Amino acid sequence: MKSYFSELFTGAWSLILGLKVTIKALFSPIVTYQYPREKLVVTPNYRGHIDLVKDAETGAHKCITCGSCMRECPSDCIFLDGEKREGVKGKALTIFTLNFTKCSLCGACVEVCPTDALDYSNEYELAGFTREEFHYDLLKRVEERE
Amino acid sequence: MEIFYSILPELIRIVVCAVCGAVIVFGNALVMGYAERKLAGHIMLRPGPMEVGPHGIYQLVVDGLKLMGKQLVVPAKADPLLFRFAPLLAFAPVFVPLLVIPFSSKLQGFDLDIGLLVILALASINLLAVLIGGWSSNNKYSLFGAFRAVSQNVAYEIPMLLSLLSIIFMTNTFSLKAVVAAQSPVWFIVIQPLAFLIYLVSIVAETNRAPFDLPEAESELTAGFHTEYSGMSFSLFVLGEYANMFIVSSVATVFFLGGSSGIPLPYFEYSGIIWFMLKVYTLMFFLVWIRWTYPRTRFDQLMNFCWKYLIPFALVNLLITVVMVKLL
Repeated sequence: MKSYFSELFTGAWSLILGLKVTIKALFSPIVTYQYPREKLVVTPNYRGHIDLVKDAETGAHKCITCGSCMRECPSDCIFLDGEKREGVKGKALTIFTLNFTKCSLCGACVEVCPTDALDYSNEYELAGFTREEFHYDLLKRVEERE
Repeated sequence: MEIFYSILPELIRIVVCAVCGAVIVFGNALVMGYAERKLAGHIMLRPGPMEVGPHGIYQLVVDGLKLMGKQLVVPAKADPLLFRFAPLLAFAPVFVPLLVIPFSSKLQGFDLDIGLLVILALASINLLAVLIGGWSSNNKYSLFGAFRAVSQNVAYEIPMLLSLLSIIFMTNTFSLKAVVAAQSPVWFIVIQPLAFLIYLVSIVAETNRAPFDLPEAESELTAGFHTEYSGMSFSLFVLGEYANMFIVSSVATVFFLGGSSGIPLPYFEYSGIIWFMLKVYTLMFFLVWIRWTYPRTRFDQLMNFCWKYLIPFALVNLLITVVMVKLL
């Protein structure tokens, strides 16, 4: 008989506490973002697809066309080539493409690069209608980038 | 012809009342549908409907159009006649109780001597609709939902009636207008707080809302008795549910919160409806609030609570009331 009433009162008290929690939540500010209208700032640690790094001093990419990333890539999604040019030491990069549809985002290319010419981009809004939209020309991207 | 002229005012009255009832049913569903989703959102720290119109106020209109455009699928081996009939049965009876509710001292369809009985009798038809809908769907989930709805509603009707009965003993009338008039000095919530509490718990179970929403428990029964319903036949169930919420809240307002009484406004015989609606929607806000606060009870907990707590307490309360009425 004693537990009958004590259960009733502890139960009722916990119900009141619950109501207090939700009424507080009702009047506190919302925490969600209205995604297409407001966007979160992406953390710099975010690992998107790879991108060529722009050298702050020269304003050009740092790739020496060694081809390590192409050979290292387990998914065979990087292709690059270069040519010998007058007055340029080594080979000059002529093409650097990434087939992102095959990339497994392992990051081996970034690790292996001897000149740190590759880094992860912050692109996360990846949606398209064709596969070809994800065949990136990284050389063109680095030239167009500010 | 003379008979016609003598009943003409009554006919006009019936038509006007029916139209006002329809306006209340649909308007209430629009307001509550929006308010429920908005409140649910803010309790979960998200904004709720935001896209259609400013702060999503046209969301319900768009949803209504979508539901009207959807195909009404009748499952194979379902009973086609009963399956179509159940949503109508859930929806049609909700108009009649609105006729006897005194929205203010003059805004009342008909002041029947058995006003409360009309409301209770017609409110329980909704249960029959749930049973028919669940049974005729030829679906295990629907049938289980219907089972649960019946046992739960039958169980919770008893404390609800007992708590209202203690008011009836004090007022000696079933007429809602007389009950409102009887609480001119103090509202009955002050004299009968326990009865009010019991009634409040019972109406949550009666309207099949969380934490007692076992008939449509999503996580166990997909959607319970309306699993197989689509389009307008589904929305008729929802309209019926919101209208029932409105009716039970109105009864609570009439019996415990003094109906349309409040601080007098100009033309108070009519403008009392403002106080009445304020009280009704405060109660409805409370129902929404507890829906988004408590987890769903287990079925044995639900039944234990009714038989071991609500009914004994309601009986004791009734007994005390009767003794006090006799003594005083």
